[in-house]
Amino acid sequence: MSVVTSSKARWRWKQPSVIPGFGLTLGFAIAYLSLIVLIPLAGVAWRSAALGWDEFFRIATDARVVAALRTSFWTAGLAAVINAVFGVIVAWVLVRYEFPGRRLVDAAVDLPFALPTAVAGIALTALYASTGWIGQYFVDWGIRIAYTPTGIVIALIFIGLPFVVRTVQPVLEDFDSEVEEAAATLGASRTQTIFSIILPALFPAILTGFALAFGRAVGEYGSVIFIAGNIPYVSEIAPLLIVMRLEEFNYPAAAAIGAIMLIFAFIILFAINLIQAWSRRRYGHG
Amino acid sequence: MGRADFRNPVSESRRAKWITIFVAGVFLALVLFIPLVAVFVEAFRLGWGAVLAAITQPDALAAIRLTLLVAAISVPLNMVFGVAAAWAIAKYEFKGKAFLTTLIDLPFSVSPVIAGLVYVLLFGTGSFLGPIFNSAGMQILFAVPGVVLATMFVTFPFVARELIPLMEDQGTGDEEAAISLGASGWQTFWRVTLPNIKWGLLYGVLLSNARAMGEFGAVSVVSGRLRGETVTMPLHIEILYNEYNFAAAFAVAALLALLALVTLVLKALLERVYGRDHAGAVRH
Repeated sequence: MSVVTSSKARWRWKQPSVIPGFGLTLGFAIAYLSLIVLIPLAGVAWRSAALGWDEFFRIATDARVVAALRTSFWTAGLAAVINAVFGVIVAWVLVRYEFPGRRLVDAAVDLPFALPTAVAGIALTALYASTGWIGQYFVDWGIRIAYTPTGIVIALIFIGLPFVVRTVQPVLEDFDSEVEEAAATLGASRTQTIFSIILPALFPAILTGFALAFGRAVGEYGSVIFIAGNIPYVSEIAPLLIVMRLEEFNYPAAAAIGAIMLIFAFIILFAINLIQAWSRRRYGHG
Repeated sequence: MGRADFRNPVSESRRAKWITIFVAGVFLALVLFIPLVAVFVEAFRLGWGAVLAAITQPDALAAIRLTLLVAAISVPLNMVFGVAAAWAIAKYEFKGKAFLTTLIDLPFSVSPVIAGLVYVLLFGTGSFLGPIFNSAGMQILFAVPGVVLATMFVTFPFVARELIPLMEDQGTGDEEAAISLGASGWQTFWRVTLPNIKWGLLYGVLLSNARAMGEFGAVSVVSGRLRGETVTMPLHIEILYNEYNFAAAFAVAALLALLALVTLVLKALLERVYGRDHAGAVRH
């Protein structure tokens, strides 16, 4: 009896289990994770730390770096907002309406996950250039899309499109129709029900999708560089600046810009975890 | 009361419904469908012959070979990792599990360019490891091993991400029964766990493979673009495009777009056998 009590009192980091292989699988997973991801990532921190604070600060506040970061963030933010709005509409249409080709559209939403970014980049550039199928109509109005920041936004909308749709869709599918019926019974108009009952319940999912799309868009490179025109201070994104510093063998500067972007990536990751924890507490779904 | 007012109180009017579908349709057409069609139209502008010539040209063939090789190395390695990680995380209760899961997701939150950057810093000039491998006669950076490493980084979480929630849902009952009936750990894995997770595993491998073959940013940083040696298909497209050889660039792009379409079809089929509930991981 005393043995049982002492083992209960002891703090243990793993619950006992009859299933073998814990040491092997966890050991392998952690070793592989460290080799491929953690140690290489730590290298970025180490190389930027080696710069010293003054030098790091000088690179981080360099006018061209600041301009590139600003471009990356506002284009990613705008694209994520547009995706949040249209993503909800697309998810709504896919969940609530029957129409010919619905399954095809549903499958096609994942295209940006499957289509290589370089392919998306050259296709969008061909379409939205001033001689392209779509771009030519905007030129008449004096709007140029390709080779301007607008082009970056278009590419980032493409890249981020599935995130909001795929986070909102399952929540909308599980949405309890009794709530809507209650609202209708109590005299709410359909518009009132949608905007004061359904959309607030979808809000955590929309926010998660927005954050995922934003995080992905800030770091996106392949599809953007073709359509952006890459004009310094105007349509140059931060990842491109890293690539240019690497090509000049200016590794410390590349590491410093990389470190700044990594910090933002961690903040976004942290924000997503917070949103999901809050949403689980508040609404019972992540 | 007009007929139009007489409708189900928990659905929208027909007009609102079709306007919403139209808005969604125009949006998807502009950013999704027309770009996809454009790839094939641009590729076939000069006819089948030009497409075949562009794809069978020696540099293009070398790029296709390298792309297949890189996927053939990185996907199985990440698959083994994914199964091991999911086993450890889903079958046991231990402290730090949530943190480990977040770390596995990390590559999805990081820019592909940074995935390349980390290996340049690790193996490039001024690094600690580069000279060691160089003196052993092994070139990592601007060579095939670098391309493989960068691809492994960006495709790292796919299989694990798919399997962890699936295996957590399945619980430990089946394995515990097998063990208590005298099966060894390996027997339990091959005969009980693997049949349970096969569709999820295939799903993860499919997504991982699509990304591995299409990765551009990470690979472009570590490749060095040595033609016929370290140029993958996406990089080959970029080279052709920058040389204003648009027809050839779109021909190779069409091949990759075809791969994406096949991936989507297989994905839809897998979702049917394996259930959307599990196949819903949104973070790729």
